[in-house]
Amino acid sequence: MTKKRLDLTFPPRQSLKPVVYHLVKDYDIVPNILRAQIQPGQEGRMLVEVTGAKEAIAQGIGFLEAQGLTVREAASDIRLDEDRCVTCGLCTAVCRPKALVLSGEDLVFDKDRCVYCEACVVACPRRAISLTF
Amino acid sequence: MAKTLEEINARIATGSAVVMTAEEFAEIAAAEGLKKAAKRVDVVTTGTFGPMCSSGVFLNFGHADPPIKMGEITLNDVPASGGLAAVDTFLGATEPSLTRGIEYGGAHVIEDLIRGHAVRLKARGHGTDCYPRTEIDTWITLDDLNQAYFFNPRNAYQNYAVAVNSSDRTLYTYLGPLHPHFGNATYCSAGALSPLLNDPLYRTIGVGTRCFVAGAPGFVAWEGTQHNPNQERDEHGVPVKPAGTLAVIADLKQARSEFFSAATMVGYGVSCFVGIGVPIPVLDEELAATLALTDADITATVFDYGVQRRARPAVGTATYAELRSGAIEIKGKKVPTGPISSLKVARRIAETLKSWVAEGGFTLTAPVQPLPQAGSQGVKPLEVRTEEAI
Repeated sequence: MTKKRLDLTFPPRQSLKPVVYHLVKDYDIVPNILRAQIQPGQEGRMLVEVTGAKEAIAQGIGFLEAQGLTVREAASDIRLDEDRCVTCGLCTAVCRPKALVLSGEDLVFDKDRCVYCEACVVACPRRAISLTF
Repeated sequence: MAKTLEEINARIATGSAVVMTAEEFAEIAAAEGLKKAAKRVDVVTTGTFGPMCSSGVFLNFGHADPPIKMGEITLNDVPASGGLAAVDTFLGATEPSLTRGIEYGGAHVIEDLIRGHAVRLKARGHGTDCYPRTEIDTWITLDDLNQAYFFNPRNAYQNYAVAVNSSDRTLYTYLGPLHPHFGNATYCSAGALSPLLNDPLYRTIGVGTRCFVAGAPGFVAWEGTQHNPNQERDEHGVPVKPAGTLAVIADLKQARSEFFSAATMVGYGVSCFVGIGVPIPVLDEELAATLALTDADITATVFDYGVQRRARPAVGTATYAELRSGAIEIKGKKVPTGPISSLKVARRIAETLKSWVAEGGFTLTAPVQPLPQAGSQGVKPLEVRTEEAI
């Protein structure tokens, strides 16, 4: 089994097609939608973690692209402005999946654990954390 | 063997004093024994860098021509006090902006001034024969001001609360967002590096003590507001709940932005991280014993902020070593922890102060007057009552 995080961009005309349904039914992929902004008639974005057979995921991506979606592997979406960060650690107190932790005095970010909930973005007293999505 | 402050200052003046941070001193004491460490080390430096709301600056703008007696003063749209002489003001750190709310406040103005940024000053006056101007709209920088100095009424809390939340909803507090049903715990102290935890009985820290304030050399001006020497203490004399506090004064023009950072606590308000460090002379073994304490020896009390009353119930205790481990146990439940006070910057402050004392001739001062000791006034509540009830 393979796990990947995909950043999907829907063209405006495609926003209402049930592509996630087809990923499950036709490719036996388990999708976990982490974030989504879908509006009828507008370009949409979806951050989805997919689990399935390696070949099935490749085929599923092919299917999504054939539907007109742009598919990219999710890049680091949480950005830390190190000039603003004072390493207080409050972000680690609100991070439920423990993607942000302190190792001694240093802040460590584990992207694989992040669910893009933005709790850290909101809590940061220095406004040093942003989410690019 | 006891040392005097004069002997220590003589060694500082010649650059031969042995100076260590509180963390380094604890290691030496553990390795060599307290007696040897107390004899060998002259000064121990401390540091803390957490949000300290009760902070602010006095500013004097100089006189415009024609001059104005300023009222309704704003700096980048943040109101400052007009209740002083014509061109004096006090800007409080937590004052929110009239236009941007808590995203920008007094603390952000202070940080902008320290960073050398221009700040817009607006004020009105009622016009007098000696101050005929009735309004002013101009730009200032820190260099332009005659005097600019911190006067922080309450900094460097001696220990602090650990916050948890038993209620059903997330609470937005000055100790950060608290998840419901004991979902997290936040704490705010430099622990073993914290100034007043190293001198728990205020033997060397008092009115007139030279110290580090936001990167500038400053002084302890007075006891801090809500100073409470009567708090419950452990076997070392170290308080296990919020106790002593310091009021400090220092030149804003010598402050450094890496040691003063404006903050917005979500759902709460404006605050600021202030760097405070105090050098402590190793006068004798008794003082060395508390200087050698580590995070594992210092206990904080956990309070339930889900009970929204003045007296919040204590629901447990934890040492700073436990808090720093990432989780503590409250009522049989494992609760993840996170700090609000920066260990990284606290260490940098203790190191900077160490170099000031060891290499910069930063001598130590004995208190001109001691801080109120145990047995004196604690913290009094505010009662809501009528004049007749007094």
